[in-house]
Amino acid sequence: MTLALAAKEVAAKLETKFPGSIAESNNNDIVVKSQSLFGLASFLKTAPGLEFNYLAAITAVDYYNYFELVYQLTSLKHNHSLVLKTRCYDRENAVVPSLVKLWRGADYQEREIYDLLGISFTGHPNLKRIFLWSGFEGHPLRKDYL
Amino acid sequence: MALKTEPFVLNIGPVHPSTHGVFRMRATLDGEVIVDLEPVFGYLHRGIEKLAEERTYTGVIPLTDRLDYLASMSNNLAYVLTVEKLAGIAVPERAQYLRVIIAELQRIAGHLIAVGAFLNDCGAFFTPFLYMFREREKIVDLFEMVSGQRLLYNYMRIGGLSQDIPEEFLPALDKFVQQMPGFIDEYDRFFAQNEILLARAKGVGILPQEMAINISASGPVLRASGVNWDIRKADPYSLYDRFDFDIPTGTASDCYDRYRVRIAEMRQSLRIIRQAMEQLPSGPVKSDVPRLLRPQVGEAYAHIEAPKGDLGFYLVSDNSIAPYRCHVRAPSLINLTALREMIIGWKIQDAIIIFGSIDITMGEVDR
Repeated sequence: MTLALAAKEVAAKLETKFPGSIAESNNNDIVVKSQSLFGLASFLKTAPGLEFNYLAAITAVDYYNYFELVYQLTSLKHNHSLVLKTRCYDRENAVVPSLVKLWRGADYQEREIYDLLGISFTGHPNLKRIFLWSGFEGHPLRKDYL
Repeated sequence: MALKTEPFVLNIGPVHPSTHGVFRMRATLDGEVIVDLEPVFGYLHRGIEKLAEERTYTGVIPLTDRLDYLASMSNNLAYVLTVEKLAGIAVPERAQYLRVIIAELQRIAGHLIAVGAFLNDCGAFFTPFLYMFREREKIVDLFEMVSGQRLLYNYMRIGGLSQDIPEEFLPALDKFVQQMPGFIDEYDRFFAQNEILLARAKGVGILPQEMAINISASGPVLRASGVNWDIRKADPYSLYDRFDFDIPTGTASDCYDRYRVRIAEMRQSLRIIRQAMEQLPSGPVKSDVPRLLRPQVGEAYAHIEAPKGDLGFYLVSDNSIAPYRCHVRAPSLINLTALREMIIGWKIQDAIIIFGSIDITMGEVDR
């Protein structure tokens, strides 16, 4: 059984390592500030005992006030998992750091989020629409679309 | 005098027999060798995630059929498991066993098409494909008995199954389980040492283990690269922890190993089905679930080992009758991340084989 790590404990560990980078944490997930996302993610990927070498899935949700990005991290070595989240409050200019440099599996998934929710990823090598054509207006999975 | 040459761009697809649907590979060629490749998606994008936001939780099940339409039962299972996790619904034991039997039959059917289409891409034009379809037909007949459908089954329900199996199902399944190992032996006899398959697939399209993990590959593509990772063992759902089975893995990480892993997985699926048939209890196949389900505010992520890999659903509920957000973690799309790396440096005819060895369905890639 993949062990879902207690997010509060991991968050406490991260808080000592990266002070002020955690926005909030509960039993299920950690919400990190978007400017610290890349540093935290690379720590989670390599830190002994954590080693989240497998990014199972990324998705994003539009909550009107903010977009929430959800990262399902898994460690194939230790068979444990963690849900990492970050939020993006600016609807007009939604930007978060790209994680493609850490996990190549993020490539198409970030492009999908960019296409359907209009969130940009800084540092993505090829950020363009993936399913819709380049002249398409709007981002269908936003709640204010139609 | 040196010849002045320049790269040549070739579009393979979107409508081409080897692209397994409407998919385009924009290949840059130097002579016959591919030096760059860009997959182009979206020709089958129907906005299923958006459509799901306007349907009741039960109403989304037929939409999931249309993701990986060659493995509708697996899609149904992944979705209903997520809703059950979100709403905290228990499933009767008989339904759990039947789900396992059906999901494993679906895996065999999916792998039969994967292997058949792969051999087709290798140049064995439709002869092996029809051998595979001969056996898939029996599975489709079994699914028709339980659901009345032959492609998009819409059989699973939140809290169980839409109906119990008819009495002719178990005898027919028993006959299938007895016959199938002989057919798999037959495939092995025809193909495993086939000179053409060996020459064209061995050592072709290598995906190193480190990279397979880094690009989030899953399913037979990941296991052929030597990673022992199967959701059924690593994160058991339904009743998979009650069955005894092995996880076949490859060593060479090439197209041939992907073929071997799929063949070996079919044998393991039969093992699971046999055990599930022996243990199958009687009882109800569906728990009481309100017709208009309103899960409490929250979110859930659940995943299964579908024929193509790690199929996950992420659902967010706002306590209304429709999901607030429904995201599909599609193994077909994510496995394609590896395509460019695997193809660069090979020739066009190898690219067709490498692409075929990943096994994708465009319905799931584009959604």
